[in-house]
Amino acid sequence: MASSAHAAHADHAHDHPTGWRRWLLSTNHKDIGTLYLLFALTAGLVGGALSIGMRLELQEPGMQIFSNPQTYNVWVTGHGLIMVFFMVMPALIGGFGNWFVPLMIGAPDMAFPRMNNISFWLTVAAFVMLVLSLFMEGAPGSYGFGGGWTVYPPLATQGHPGPALDFGILSLHLAGAASILGAINFITTILNMRAPGMTLHKMPLFAWAVLVTAFLLLLALPVLAGAITMLLTDRNFGTKFFDPSGGGDPILYQHLFWFFGHPEVYIMILPAFGIVSHIVSTFSRKPVFGYLGMAYAMVAIGVVGFIVWAHHMYTVGMSLRVQAYFVFATMVIAVPTGVKIFSWIATMWGGSLRFTAPMIWAIGFIFLFTVGGVTGVVLANAGVDRAMHDTYYVVAHFHYVLSLGAVFALFAGWYYWFPKMFGYVIPDWIGKLHFWVAFIGSNLLFFPMHFSGLAGMPRRYADYPDAYAGWNLVSSIGSYIFAFGLVIFFYGVIVALVRKEQAADNPWGEGATTLEWTLSSPPPFHQYETLPRISGGDH
Amino acid sequence: MRSPRLFHRGASLTALSALAAGLATAAQAGTGQPSPWQFGFQGSVTEVMDFITTFHNWLLVLITAITLFVLALLVYVMVRFNEKRNPTPSRTTHHVGLEVAWTVVPILILVAIAVPSFQLLRKQLVPPPADVTIKATGHAWYWSYEYPADQNGGFSFESNMLAEDARQKAIASGRPASEVPRLLAVDNEVVVPVNKVVRVQVTAADVLHAFAMPSFGIKVDAVPGRLNETWFKANREGLYFGQCSELCGQNHAFMPIAIRVVSDERYAAWLAEAKTRYARIDDAPRAVAAR
Repeated sequence: MASSAHAAHADHAHDHPTGWRRWLLSTNHKDIGTLYLLFALTAGLVGGALSIGMRLELQEPGMQIFSNPQTYNVWVTGHGLIMVFFMVMPALIGGFGNWFVPLMIGAPDMAFPRMNNISFWLTVAAFVMLVLSLFMEGAPGSYGFGGGWTVYPPLATQGHPGPALDFGILSLHLAGAASILGAINFITTILNMRAPGMTLHKMPLFAWAVLVTAFLLLLALPVLAGAITMLLTDRNFGTKFFDPSGGGDPILYQHLFWFFGHPEVYIMILPAFGIVSHIVSTFSRKPVFGYLGMAYAMVAIGVVGFIVWAHHMYTVGMSLRVQAYFVFATMVIAVPTGVKIFSWIATMWGGSLRFTAPMIWAIGFIFLFTVGGVTGVVLANAGVDRAMHDTYYVVAHFHYVLSLGAVFALFAGWYYWFPKMFGYVIPDWIGKLHFWVAFIGSNLLFFPMHFSGLAGMPRRYADYPDAYAGWNLVSSIGSYIFAFGLVIFFYGVIVALVRKEQAADNPWGEGATTLEWTLSSPPPFHQYETLPRISGGDH
Repeated sequence: MRSPRLFHRGASLTALSALAAGLATAAQAGTGQPSPWQFGFQGSVTEVMDFITTFHNWLLVLITAITLFVLALLVYVMVRFNEKRNPTPSRTTHHVGLEVAWTVVPILILVAIAVPSFQLLRKQLVPPPADVTIKATGHAWYWSYEYPADQNGGFSFESNMLAEDARQKAIASGRPASEVPRLLAVDNEVVVPVNKVVRVQVTAADVLHAFAMPSFGIKVDAVPGRLNETWFKANREGLYFGQCSELCGQNHAFMPIAIRVVSDERYAAWLAEAKTRYARIDDAPRAVAAR
């Protein structure tokens, strides 16, 4: 499919800075990708620590860890915001997107390398502001903002007079601006810098996934920015957008937030779809089944994802017709999602499967994402959602698609691309052991939440009626097992960096057909000094 | 008489839905409040919750079948097409029939879901004429209730969670512990008549809250500046508990809802007593309830 030539001549226009200049002033997509991955790891540890604190509190009824239930709410909020904006998005889009979109499409770098740098450092600044907000006064007499990642007014306006949420809003503004710049960069790169011969219909699916994701970011984030700016002026400058005493409406905020919020969940999962497609194809030694269907299923999910937002708001008091519309539109999304699941299985069908660490993470993803997907179909029905809204059933659903979906794809991508990115080998057994510990831990953690939710346990509760104790204990034990899996994860990284076993250019064999495997491991600081030429017909 | 073969198939189908129903309502004891290690919904005492439960059982069968189907396919390809048993991979990347099938079959399944889903939605959102109207207002962090004067009410009261010492005192004075569960019991319960359509108007005084009652199958947000509405017709007397279901700050977990469903006679007696116990309100213009 592809051929590439390494030109021997050095191009003196591109220097190779060292030391702090290499990282702080980086304009190199691979270095920026590495920075994003390290950043996401750090933020993930902070967000994970918050969730362990929550599970410690919920392990048994009564208040044990937190002296004030408001502090628990602050941890819930911090966990949500950090995992969404500073772990999953930076890792999948900033990390793997930066690293592999240019490599896969045969581009020397991103279209706007300096903008790429500012995208990263704005994200760091945003994270610092969010962490600072945890130590600012929020609700009277307590620190941090405890109104949930959705930041609904009036709790976010009159409920938290302290400066914590103002820091939070500015943090989201910075993170949003960073993501919009990144999205512009990806769209420009993918539309203009594909290697000669690589038509859109020959482009690898991960690049397709990032392209669709970038459009979602570009269209959704400005709406969030508008909503939280209105929140900021309601808080500080006397406007009444969301305040009924001045003719405003709190529900207006919810519509604006979820117009961003629902595409946001696809922003987190589409890159994962792309990664899983490559891994499944590589270790089946077969091209992806139904390539065009796979690409356009992502486009369809992206488009329909913009017209389903109010399924997060079935209990706010919408009319029968409006609810019926959102039920219908939401269920439509199940169709392209089904196409993806079945196409992955069809890719494996007839293949020659090798169960490496990345492959079992990817297969785990397919199964667990299916579980999270079918509970999504249940929740799509407004009539049933009435009983489940704001209960742990919803918590179980979105953790199955994000924590067991997006995060499993993250680890799959990590074990798949680690030898390419860093040039060293993580022993396969470590990735597999990590998988099994994480698989058991996360299912113990999240599956019982379906039961607690059906039984009526509301979310965002620091303490719960005693009858819910059993399943909560199981969940807490599961979370400790999942956390122990991270110890294995870091052990694998340390082993690779200490043993320094050199990875082959293509360690995965003939199934790995995308362009990054034609380069050395790690790739040269500047790749494709002579552009690769792509031959062969469209899919 | 049915043929044995047909009967057998019918029996296995019945067994399947019985299993689903059993899973969903493993702890029927949990009516009005949850019970330990409960798998499914709390027991239902309204037609709406009956519908939700039946519909969810149907959905549970469907999604379990779909998940097991995907799992079976995954296990099959892993066993059949691993590199030992299938060293040479095929190059098949297209199959129009298959691709059409896995687009059309999910659409048919979704239609099978949508029909009862819309029926349920209509049942919930097109209420029958109300016999009794009450108004619930969410505050940080308690509920207050108003009974309008034109229905022999004309009073309002606040309903706070029973503090631990009050709860222990109630148990010591002989109330069964199941009547005063921790974090669910309140000082002043809402009382409504059995087998009557009760309309609940819901709003909030400060931040968002949500009025929820699992055994009735109702949940509606309490929004400042808006008057939301829901309804129920409880068909069994008893004491039922719900909890605030929209994050409202520090004591979000500590503002439960308790509704006691009683006979018409006891309701009339309670109304008479409540009028003397609770603060009077006039219907219009609405006066702010005095503490």
